[in-house]
Amino acid sequence: MKYSKSKILGLSLYIFFLLVPIYWLLNMSFKEKDEVLSGLSLWPKNFTFDNYITIFTDPSWYMGYVNSLIYVFLNMVITLLVALPAAYAFSRYKFVGDKHLFFWLLTNRMAPPAVFLLPFFQLYSSIGLFDTHLAVALSHCLFSVPLAVWILEGFMSGVPREIDETAFIDGYSFPRFFIRIFLPMIGSGIGVTAFFSFLFSWVELLLARTLTSVDAKPIGAVMTRTISAEGIDWGLLAAAGVLTILPGLLVIWLVRNHVAKGFALGRV
Amino acid sequence: MSEIRLKSLAHSYGTSSSGHIDYALREMNHVWEQGGAYALLGPSGCGKSTLLNIISGLLTPSSGEVLFDGKVVNHLSPQDRNIAQVFQFPVIYDSMTVFDNLAFPLRNMKIAEPKVISKVHEIANILELHPVLKKKAHNLTVDEKQKVSMGRGLVRDDVSAILFDEPLTVIDPQLKWKLRRKLKQIHEQFKLTMIYVTHDQLEASTFADKIAVMYGGKIVQFGTPRELFENPKHTFVGYFIGSPGMNLIEVTPCENGVEFDGIKVPLEASHNNLLAELSTKNVKIGIRPEFIHVWDKPVADAFECQVLHIEDLGTYKILTLKLASQTLKARLSEDHILPEKVAFISFPEQWLKLYVDEYLVEERLEEITAGENMAEENDV
Amino acid sequence: MNKVENNKAWWLVLPVFILVAFSAVIPLMTVVNYSVQDIFDQNNAYFVGVEWYREILLNTRLQESLLRQFIYSFTVLAIEIPLGIAIALMMPKKGIMASFSLIVVAIPLLIPGNVVGTIWKIFGRADIGLFGWLLNYLGMDYNYAANPIDAWATVVLMDVWHWTPLVALLCYSGLRAIPEVFYQAAAIDRASKWAVFRFIQLPRLRNVLVIGTLLRFMDSFMIYSEPFVLTGGGPGNSTTFLSQTLTKMAIGQFDLGPAAAFSLVYFLIVLLVSWLFFTTINEMAKDK
Repeated sequence: MKYSKSKILGLSLYIFFLLVPIYWLLNMSFKEKDEVLSGLSLWPKNFTFDNYITIFTDPSWYMGYVNSLIYVFLNMVITLLVALPAAYAFSRYKFVGDKHLFFWLLTNRMAPPAVFLLPFFQLYSSIGLFDTHLAVALSHCLFSVPLAVWILEGFMSGVPREIDETAFIDGYSFPRFFIRIFLPMIGSGIGVTAFFSFLFSWVELLLARTLTSVDAKPIGAVMTRTISAEGIDWGLLAAAGVLTILPGLLVIWLVRNHVAKGFALGRV
Repeated sequence: MSEIRLKSLAHSYGTSSSGHIDYALREMNHVWEQGGAYALLGPSGCGKSTLLNIISGLLTPSSGEVLFDGKVVNHLSPQDRNIAQVFQFPVIYDSMTVFDNLAFPLRNMKIAEPKVISKVHEIANILELHPVLKKKAHNLTVDEKQKVSMGRGLVRDDVSAILFDEPLTVIDPQLKWKLRRKLKQIHEQFKLTMIYVTHDQLEASTFADKIAVMYGGKIVQFGTPRELFENPKHTFVGYFIGSPGMNLIEVTPCENGVEFDGIKVPLEASHNNLLAELSTKNVKIGIRPEFIHVWDKPVADAFECQVLHIEDLGTYKILTLKLASQTLKARLSEDHILPEKVAFISFPEQWLKLYVDEYLVEERLEEITAGENMAEENDV
Repeated sequence: MNKVENNKAWWLVLPVFILVAFSAVIPLMTVVNYSVQDIFDQNNAYFVGVEWYREILLNTRLQESLLRQFIYSFTVLAIEIPLGIAIALMMPKKGIMASFSLIVVAIPLLIPGNVVGTIWKIFGRADIGLFGWLLNYLGMDYNYAANPIDAWATVVLMDVWHWTPLVALLCYSGLRAIPEVFYQAAAIDRASKWAVFRFIQLPRLRNVLVIGTLLRFMDSFMIYSEPFVLTGGGPGNSTTFLSQTLTKMAIGQFDLGPAAAFSLVYFLIVLLVSWLFFTTINEMAKDK
């Protein structure tokens, strides 16, 4: 394919637009407190890791990350465990109320989290799950499960039924067939689903903050509380911000092939 | 109208894992005369689609030249070459009506609307698309869609050649013959050069005046269906054409002929002389099932063989025979006396073909003489 | 796919059903319950029927918030959809550059909302941010904390920065799914670039665009963290959108009854507008 100059220019401009604010954040994170407030500079005059060191050594900071990672991971696992059989059912079977159920699931994706603030708060408090990772993970399932079912169903429908039938004729039990034959075939689907449930859970702040106070406090909540009496410590905040981008980068790197394949199939 | 000439054309997509250049098309020289109906026949992977795409301009050859009416067109894009191409599955613009689909190429060339309308109607009539002109292209049946694809190639006045890449693959069998007839009609009416790629020999024979058989990136024979049948120049042509294909037996030269499994088959003198000169080990004889003489009683000089199987196909029968270690097929007309367990066969000399290095020995003869002539010239 | 009729499939769906019902139905019922009561504390609650609903619908602050929200959602959609398509068209389809641009374009999507807000909060300040400093250097009197128009512009810009990649990636997947043959046929038909876009690419992007538009509309309608961190809803109320208004009511003021009623109205608005969008787009496609 011939690459027109204008395409390359346009794309480069856009990527530049995307990366500059992030660069600025990085820039901030390596500056000392005094330098931040003293004026503008394109790169730190006194390059320092202090901000990062603070975060890694202060439990009130790094626990925020740990907590976030825990509930995001929990959410991913629960979502997949629950969505896989359901997606299989939607893909292979007709049953009473199937279309309505599917549609209802999707409408949950449309629910504003703010609407659930109050009831979730009361619900999880009343069953003693307030301030636990499980509570946040479960509450996120409300949005991640419908999406997972939708994506997985799409991928599963791409695998012909004949394969299931052949396996059963060959004597596979359903669980064995599912785990050893079926799942590998929809590998990219699982990758894409994992990616999206990680994504939406990692960035969701409102519910995560509402349902936690101390033990399971997510990094988002920690960051919004850096406003102390002396004013905002921008450098520290910037470093915290940079660190929240890293897990996302890692995940996308890990599933990049699956996502690229998923994109190529036009199913995402 | 254009004559399409391929000069020293070769194409490779890149190097293989062993480092050799992988040729999709080996060096070839070929002429497609203007106005002819041609088929490009061969198995999957033989390079026919590659060749077609090079002719149409969708692919630039890695070496050699493509000439339209004597003009080198290697670097001309498809739109500048006055060709149209019909693909394996229907390529239509879903969001437009059939009319707009057919009008599309003309409108892109900024042709006046009245002319567009008349041309579209003309082509729609020929292709029997008139009833669906107003319909959205999206809603047509597969064969109608394919007709629209073809129609887009026909509406343009400046098209001098149409290339077809296995266009009937997705069509139902009962509609295939209808569309094939249509294509022949169009050829007769418009006198365009048409090159039709297929892996189906029946399709090729019914459509084309001349067939180019491709194998391993080379055109191994170019001739009328009858020529290909009666005088296959390459073992592949023998094997691929005809149903069933030619019987081929590996042999070694011996006195006055060739032999296999202790059975001696005599050959005419010129062939024997040639064999004596050639040092190759790859020698085969071939004979078509239609031409094997079969008797149920012993006959002089006939070989005795075992009858393994008889297939009755109505107007003819196929016998599967075993001669020494070789399995042969013979085709007999329905009123031929059938042998039961044992049959006696002979190979009439005029139908027995001798292949050396997969090529017909006469061809090898010519090649060698040509080579010698060239050597002589070089010596001088 | 020929689906087999089998009601036992419900066993497979049961976990999902229970989980989502637990997370959705029970809380919703609670909300409905609260929305029709006047709650003073745990033990003092009186049934008030639809009074809260009436109050809400007449509440000017909420109406203004709703209006702002609509303007915001439509503005960002109007920018992000065409921009997303344009970017998808520019992204390479093969080779190492394809993976590279895919990952880079996806980065803003991976950043939590509050961090996005923080990034732009810093970036837009005249004293410590490159953007703010640059604009002031060029002579503009830019201050997103004091000037409502600047605040709006920054919030919209932030959303475009954050979410256009979603549209771009969806469109990219749609474009990747178009077989090469179509482009080849268009070349032979001598179609212009615009014709290729209009008759080949755009029709095939329809499905992805519907999904993308719907997702963007819903998410922008529910947006919370980014504007909250950036402007806190200000200056004044100028960038206070629905989610923030609701959250203030529910958590800040602990007025459970009205908050609950508002929640339901909010949810219904999202559902209604989404449904309208969806059916309109489908109708438009059919007529074409």
